[in-house]
Amino acid sequence: MADGTSISANLAAPARAAMAPPSGMRKFMRRRSTIAVLMAMPLILLIAGLVIWPAIYAIWLSMLNKRMTQFVGLGNYAFLLKRNTFQLVIFQSCLFAVTAVILKALLGFIVAHLMHNIPGKNQRIWRGLLLVPWVIPLALSTLSWWWLFDPSYSAFNWILNSLGFQSVPWLGVGWNARFAVIAVNVWFGTPFFMIMYLAALKSVPEQLYEAAAIDGAGPVQKLLHVTLPMMRNIIAITVLFSLIVTFADFDIVRILTAGGPQDMTHLFATYAFSVGIQSGDIPLGASVSLFMLPILAVAAFFVLRGVTRRTQEIAA
Amino acid sequence: MSSTTATAGAVAQARRTSLHRQRAWTLKASYAVLTLMVVFFLVPPFYMVMTSLKSSAEISAQQGNPWIVQHPTLANFAELIANSNFQTFFVNSVIVTVLVVVISMSISVLAAFSLTRMGFWGSQTLATGVFLTYLIPASLLFIPLFQIIGKLGLINSFWCLVLLYPTLAVPFCTWIMIGYFSSIPRELDEAALIDGAGYMQMLLRIFIPVAMPGIIAATIFAFTASWGAFLYPLAYLYTTDQMVLTVGIVSDLIRGDVFQWGKIMAGCVLAAVPPVLIYAFLMDYYIAGLTAGATKG
Repeated sequence: MADGTSISANLAAPARAAMAPPSGMRKFMRRRSTIAVLMAMPLILLIAGLVIWPAIYAIWLSMLNKRMTQFVGLGNYAFLLKRNTFQLVIFQSCLFAVTAVILKALLGFIVAHLMHNIPGKNQRIWRGLLLVPWVIPLALSTLSWWWLFDPSYSAFNWILNSLGFQSVPWLGVGWNARFAVIAVNVWFGTPFFMIMYLAALKSVPEQLYEAAAIDGAGPVQKLLHVTLPMMRNIIAITVLFSLIVTFADFDIVRILTAGGPQDMTHLFATYAFSVGIQSGDIPLGASVSLFMLPILAVAAFFVLRGVTRRTQEIAA
Repeated sequence: MSSTTATAGAVAQARRTSLHRQRAWTLKASYAVLTLMVVFFLVPPFYMVMTSLKSSAEISAQQGNPWIVQHPTLANFAELIANSNFQTFFVNSVIVTVLVVVISMSISVLAAFSLTRMGFWGSQTLATGVFLTYLIPASLLFIPLFQIIGKLGLINSFWCLVLLYPTLAVPFCTWIMIGYFSSIPRELDEAALIDGAGYMQMLLRIFIPVAMPGIIAATIFAFTASWGAFLYPLAYLYTTDQMVLTVGIVSDLIRGDVFQWGKIMAGCVLAAVPPVLIYAFLMDYYIAGLTAGATKG
């Protein structure tokens, strides 16, 4: 608040001054770009101070020993890669992100198509209901999932028992817990895919489908040769974007399992938290987080490329 | 000639009825699958509300259907609202969120205006940089930020959230605003300049009113981002007087192995009410904000 108002107050005067005298065009342009830089300054300061600087600082931190007194180079990274727990973290992070993103994209695609089928006036209410998981803060809805998975009071087990099945220890056994965290992530993320794909489906011109129908295309051919090519870019952007977010997920695993049982559900973020904040080994925690960087950077590069292309498509 | 058209007509007729039947069937199947999805999506919130209405005796009884509340009571809500810790969490959440929304929106609107309409050396690069910043997740930088917050003396103070949350909201808000501002025709600013308006007047009198839908969408995003954030408060706050709702509910209502599930769920319901209300009334803006990232700008 302080930043924003003080700068706008300072700006009003030079802006008016720039307009008043009919001075040379070059001077005017120079003033104009000075004002522009001033207006963007809070943003630049925010990104430089709280994103770029911490990122550089993280790299420096990750090369120190636990007490932060000695420079150890890549020692922390080598140490982590040799540790069994960390190898599990890498495996689980990839499994979690890839499985969850594929499931979310598939479910989102199917639901978007079903929504597209039903009459427009009914779409609003269905869309409203289907977006609810995305609206409730994730930490809160994960608490309610935790309660649903509770070892002794699980409401899912009540259903299983009344159907004549055994109770399932949802979060107590490694692979069950892995399934559970993926399920919660799919539950949370599918609405986002659905909304993106529905918007994309609506932007496909109806004439294309008519032309395909005249050429004798069936529903499958329409999907393969009209819908998918038209949506390719949006699919790529959403999948990559979701890959970044899912890969870096923290809330679900932290609340449901806190990484257990036997560290089998730890992701990079939760492991970094337990090493860096809870055990107080800041440098090691920083190196755990930084392991995400290469994967995120590659995904971010392709998202950016996709968005640029999409912008050009819209402009054209 | 006439016979062929007649048969063709009959075939078309038959195809039309079969097509009609097929359409009706597709519609029914669509509704059936959508219903299944809605059930899957609404199970946790439904169970949250159900549990919040149960007494602790009913929760621990382990008899009967846990999905339906037998003796609904508002005791959990009443106790929570009277609980001074919960009040503190709520007030802290509101203070942090309001400040973050105001700060983030001021930063993003000014920056987006400057980037789209005024331009300076490197403004294109900065716009791309803003988008890349949006792709940096909070969990990548929370450890160096822990050190930085510590050096600033803001550990265990909710003011550190006021400082940090804008990094979550500003990049996307700026990106949305860039999209909306660049769709405003340039003739409007030329007209304003000819009439002698300064840049600030142009922004306040023309851009902000015209781009109001974008501003609402961005504000909603900033609100949900700061209301629901979990990692930063969990990592940087540890006493009850500084906590916000997302972490306060867990830390205050779980004492050792005692889980007061009725109250936890009631707390979740109360904390989920503000975003759900905003969503219920402003769904279109909410969705516009959600899809803006990939289709605009």
